[in-house]
Amino acid sequence: MKTLRRLFHRLTSWATSARDEEFLRAEFEEHIAMQTADNLRAGLSTSEARRQALLKFGNVEAMKESYRDQRGLPLTETLVLDTHHALRRLRKTPVFTAAVLLTLALGIGANTAIFAVIDSILIRPLPYPHAESLIRIGTAAPGLPGLPDSLGCSPSMYFTYREENRVFQYFGIWYVRGASLTGIAEPEQPRALFVTHGVLDALGVKPLLGRWFSEADDTPGSPETVMLTHGYWQRRFGGDTSIVGRTLTIDSRPRAVIGVMPADFRFQGDPELILPQRFERTGQSLGPFNSQGIARLKPGVTLEQASTDVARMLGIWLYAWPLPPGMDFTPFQNALLAPRVQPLKQDIVGNIGSTLWVVMGALGLVLLIACANVANLLLVRAEARQQELAIRAALGAGRGRIAREMLVESMTLGVLGGALGLGLASAALRLLVARGPDTLPRLNEIGIDPFVLAFACGVSVLSGAVFGVIPVLKYAGPRVATALCGVGRTFSHGRERHRVRNTLVVVQVALALVLLIGSGLMIRTFQQLRSVPPGFTHPEEIQILHSTIPESLAKEPERVMRLQHEILDRLAAIPGVVSVGFGDAAPLESFLRSGNPVYAEDITLTGGQVAPIRRTRKVAPGYFKALGTRVIAGREFTWTDLYEKRRVAIVSENLAREWWGAPGAALGKRIREAGPADPWREIVGVVEDVYDNGANVKPPEFAYWPALMDQYIWGGKDGAAVSFGMFAIRSSRTATEGLLAEAQQAIWSVNGRQPVFLITTLKTLYDQSMARTSFTLVMLALAGGMALVLGIVGLYGVIAYVVSQRTREIGIRTVLGAQPAEILATFVRHGLLLAGIGTALGLMAAAGLTRLMSSLLFGVTALDPVTYLAVSALLVAAAVLASYLPTRRAIAVDPVQALRAE
Amino acid sequence: MKDTDVRQGTLALMVLKTLEVLGPLHGYGIARRIEQISGDLLTVNQGTLYPVLLKLEQEGSIASEWGASENNRKARFYRLTRQGRKQLQAEARSWEQTAAIIERFFTAKAQDLK
Repeated sequence: MKTLRRLFHRLTSWATSARDEEFLRAEFEEHIAMQTADNLRAGLSTSEARRQALLKFGNVEAMKESYRDQRGLPLTETLVLDTHHALRRLRKTPVFTAAVLLTLALGIGANTAIFAVIDSILIRPLPYPHAESLIRIGTAAPGLPGLPDSLGCSPSMYFTYREENRVFQYFGIWYVRGASLTGIAEPEQPRALFVTHGVLDALGVKPLLGRWFSEADDTPGSPETVMLTHGYWQRRFGGDTSIVGRTLTIDSRPRAVIGVMPADFRFQGDPELILPQRFERTGQSLGPFNSQGIARLKPGVTLEQASTDVARMLGIWLYAWPLPPGMDFTPFQNALLAPRVQPLKQDIVGNIGSTLWVVMGALGLVLLIACANVANLLLVRAEARQQELAIRAALGAGRGRIAREMLVESMTLGVLGGALGLGLASAALRLLVARGPDTLPRLNEIGIDPFVLAFACGVSVLSGAVFGVIPVLKYAGPRVATALCGVGRTFSHGRERHRVRNTLVVVQVALALVLLIGSGLMIRTFQQLRSVPPGFTHPEEIQILHSTIPESLAKEPERVMRLQHEILDRLAAIPGVVSVGFGDAAPLESFLRSGNPVYAEDITLTGGQVAPIRRTRKVAPGYFKALGTRVIAGREFTWTDLYEKRRVAIVSENLAREWWGAPGAALGKRIREAGPADPWREIVGVVEDVYDNGANVKPPEFAYWPALMDQYIWGGKDGAAVSFGMFAIRSSRTATEGLLAEAQQAIWSVNGRQPVFLITTLKTLYDQSMARTSFTLVMLALAGGMALVLGIVGLYGVIAYVVSQRTREIGIRTVLGAQPAEILATFVRHGLLLAGIGTALGLMAAAGLTRLMSSLLFGVTALDPVTYLAVSALLVAAAVLASYLPTRRAIAVDPVQALRAE
Repeated sequence: MKDTDVRQGTLALMVLKTLEVLGPLHGYGIARRIEQISGDLLTVNQGTLYPVLLKLEQEGSIASEWGASENNRKARFYRLTRQGRKQLQAEARSWEQTAAIIERFFTAKAQDLK
């Protein structure tokens, strides 16, 4: 109670300190006056009476000081005062301040930005209530080589899992694809999320307007419905609340809008519309596995329990449903189907973590280098203030007081730098969200939240402490005598005085080398990726468009093909178009991939062996010519092949080599897809391998079928044609408004204004396939570049400082006849020695640290000698330059001037 | 630090006692009174009294107001509050006990401790 009361008094008197000071003086004055009066009465002379009174009272200032200490909040007051002083000192040296703040802002800003990315992608939970109990359910087929790690779920699995499970609170399956929105001025192809009943329930995000899909909405025969996401509703319908109940024509069918999702609803694939799947129960077979399973676990159920339950249900499912038409049971039996159950977050985030942590580590090193630089600048500053500090120490300022003042200055710099850095980070993040790589998951969730803010504050204060404590250790100590004796630059300073600075520079050089090697390895990786022939040429010239021939226009396969052919002809007639191709997908269009077992007539599978999964693609004549895929043996398809429904095929070189040893040997052999329902087709051509999964992955083996077939395992009784197709246009006008408009007109004139979508260039797809590498490359190159500049500036600073300290000595030596070259050599040697030690340490550190990024490399090892040598040479060359420049300036000075420069 | 605390504590007790005996008094008066009684404790630095007065006031043991001194100048008069009176009694008691114990220790002879 007593303490509280005192604190309260202290607080209030802090506020009224000026008036109190006045009173205090009056009180002291009165005290002394009374004592003087008594002394006078005792018979002392006037002056002696006052002198004695003052003596008796003691040191008035000391008394006031101790009085003040008790009265206000001394620590806070001095802190405020110190900050005030620090700010004033910083204002007086604008260049120094600007240099330090810029360095820190870059360092802290970069770290804050990448931390915000890591926070929102890896740390923060998914934006759903109790997101930890959401899981993704897929299927693994370890018995079938060539399949992706995890397959999706089939509609039949949906029925089995929903009915048989013991562990799910909600379960559903979904996929995202484009859906055409017509009947409006400009037809569109919004991204549509197709869900079964249970998906939205599992996510648990309530709609903003209207309602979710009910079980009835997901049942065939009921009125068709659709929901909008917030962004699309705003963009397309201006946020009109009367949208609920209106009807939209989607995929040529009228559907009633029943609800709008809230603005913070996020989902994979960033959908714009949400539609019910409406699976028919009858007619489902085991396949196809192209939907994603999602479930919310019942409270208390673990991942293992869920996995066990799914495994049990897989056993039921395998025997409960018919085989897909034309396929036999062997592949299913041999596939060793197993559940693949993982937390939804892990599924979404994928393996981006390794990249992000490497980048964060690199930027952390940059911040360390920046701190070392700032510490160096502060050392110089403290050195210049050494006499002042010594005098203050002599006058009684405590070590702690001086240390506190210096630390306050560093902290002020740290906090100001951090504030600027936060600004930079938020700008960088806005840029990243707007233009970042699509391969970055949860991109639209990235932003600065309180956690990131706390991180930025922590990093700022910590950096302030790190670079602040070095000058404190060196200069706040009681070294009055030395500092006062060694006035000015009368002496050249001993080696010992530069030790701290030298150490800092060595550390900087070493760290910079590590970062440069990291970025060097990424550059080499990128080079290696670029040097892989991707299976197409000049992708920047290839415009890619997709469009459909709706069933309302043509149902019969040959009719569909004729229409596509007509579009092709019209596209080819556009001025500036060199060639055109048509197929069901372009290379690298990962979302349009299809794969199935492919059998060769003359290759018999022995004992339970399963045909490996090959990638299949349906193409029209000119596809390979337009893309620039070389025909190695035989020929491309011809229109005659297509219209006469000849049973022909083309395979990739690696498939031909695997089965028949040489491309030429494959010609004339016969292959078919999936099972006996597919007819044997004769191989008429072998084409170059296409790196369809990206240049860093072994190219898949391909079987190409004609875009029009009279009989196909997945087709109807009339055969099959590609109605949902891709047009590749090779032109010098690629990606121009003009070409797109003309191409759109050409397509619309045939298919009656169906939306043209997935508009891109092959170059964009190619770049996207390397997006992660180029993202890492850019980030590491930025970090490496910053590190190089900071490290070199640090080295330059040290050499320049040493030179400036020894100007007098240089003058004397010059007068005594030393050659400029010798003097130059002395300093350059000094710089080289530092750089050399730094490089040696850096090489060792790099050998250890780059191993962490080996998963990001392609075609080079983490110990690539070329990179190590080149980067070391670069750094040493820069070091020589950084030592040479300041020295040359010093020896250019007239020796007489140098001697006078006191 | 420890040393000052002890001295401050002693001084505080003297201040309280002085105010109890003499009633409201200004700083100089308190100093004089303590000096008269204690002899040399305050002869070095009368000024050290003021931080003690401040502390006591902050704790609520004494209160102060501005008034006129004997020679009609503005002076700050300190007086004991009710709480100060209680504190004085409590501390005087504990001081007496302490003093008594110390006294006994110093007068005790070796044979007394057997």
